[in-house]
Amino acid sequence: MRILARLCGLRVPPSQTTWRLKGVAHFYHKKGKHIITSKIEHKAVLDTCRQLEREGYEVTYLDPDEQGLTTPEMVQAALREDTILASVMHANNEIGVVNDIAGIGEICRAAGVLFHVDGAQSVGKIPVDLEQMKVDLLSMSAHKMYGPKGVGALYVRRKPRVRLEAQMHGGGHERGMRSGTLATHQLVGFGEAARIAHEEMATESAQSEALRERFWDAISDIPEVYINGDREQRLPGALNVSFAFVEGESLIMSLRDLAISSGSACTSASLEPSYVLRALGLNDEMAHSSLRFSFGRFTTEAEVDHAVKCVRHAVEKLRELSPLWDMFQDGVDLNTIEWAAH
Amino acid sequence: MAYSDKVIDHYENPRNVGKFDEADDSIGTGMVGAPACGDVMRLQIQVSDEGIIEDAKFKTYGCGSAIASSSLLTEWVKGKNLDEAASIKNTEIAQELSLPPVKIHCSVLAEDAIKAAVQNYREKRDS
Repeated sequence: MRILARLCGLRVPPSQTTWRLKGVAHFYHKKGKHIITSKIEHKAVLDTCRQLEREGYEVTYLDPDEQGLTTPEMVQAALREDTILASVMHANNEIGVVNDIAGIGEICRAAGVLFHVDGAQSVGKIPVDLEQMKVDLLSMSAHKMYGPKGVGALYVRRKPRVRLEAQMHGGGHERGMRSGTLATHQLVGFGEAARIAHEEMATESAQSEALRERFWDAISDIPEVYINGDREQRLPGALNVSFAFVEGESLIMSLRDLAISSGSACTSASLEPSYVLRALGLNDEMAHSSLRFSFGRFTTEAEVDHAVKCVRHAVEKLRELSPLWDMFQDGVDLNTIEWAAH
Repeated sequence: MAYSDKVIDHYENPRNVGKFDEADDSIGTGMVGAPACGDVMRLQIQVSDEGIIEDAKFKTYGCGSAIASSSLLTEWVKGKNLDEAASIKNTEIAQELSLPPVKIHCSVLAEDAIKAAVQNYREKRDS
């Protein structure tokens, strides 16, 4: 775990445990009942908040701005006397935007509110310095940094001390927070993944970003194609693109050579458009027409060029098939049509 | 999503893609669905004076199953009279394409589309 600590700029090794919002809320419930989070958090956070609401907690779900960012000002405005916890993701899993965690941390610390950060997408990809960021709890996931599936880590700050209700009892492992025999092979795998991520981060992020820009440069001349989320504050290897008048699932079907998704894998069982894109203010139609592209450690220029060719061909083909594209080209404003929702 | 071979065939080689002039008296147009729901089908039929569908064209915004359902429908309606075409059931389409349960609504939309096209043609003729 020492290497994981180095990855996050820590001098002390973090406690290795899965992340828990409930453990904090339960421990601090006498201090207050209010929790702040954003509408575009991962379902792991949102579903937990829903459960806490059922238990009597009050949750404020912040609307991100149009670029998908949750800002320190938004958190400041949502603070209440009885706020005990704020939970904001460092980087968003669908659109890749990166929030100002240091800024939000300052606000929370000043207000005496615990600050949990979902770092699953950011740790290992961009610098995370917990000496600088006033983060009380940071959760991370091994498989997001090329490590094994099934293992994660929760950093719990010691000074100022954060206290958690035990997640499970029985033997007092992991400082009593999460009892049970540890899976050595997973921990070693996680540590090794963290070591490589730490060593490779600078070159890898430059490479991912270059591939991302290569891809975007080669498709951005297609008409009515838009990037979702802030252009600058984003993960090096993440891009979410709307292809207007083309439906996302059919686009994926045309891109069988590529491993891409029209939303997050965790919600792909539903036919609903992405709640993240909806929260950015995209209408359902544009949310249905969006794909997420990721560029990582093993992506090559040749693969990006192939992806460009596939995307251009598929968009052209599907627009040829699209009555909406027809209407758009004829100058029909689709918003003026009375559609029969089904 | 696992697609049947027939869905993939219609998706890769859609039949009768295109558009007729909506203003033409021999054309019936049915447009169903909504962009917000992720599916819009426009199905058009060209009808002879004897009431036989001579040609059909479609364009669809939607998933592979929606595209395949409308493509298949254009093949089926050709040569049929209006009553025959309007009586095509979504279950026949779903069965032919082996649509999975979450995609049944695509076949329902296709049934709605042909009914709307026939109705549009009849209204034009009656007015």
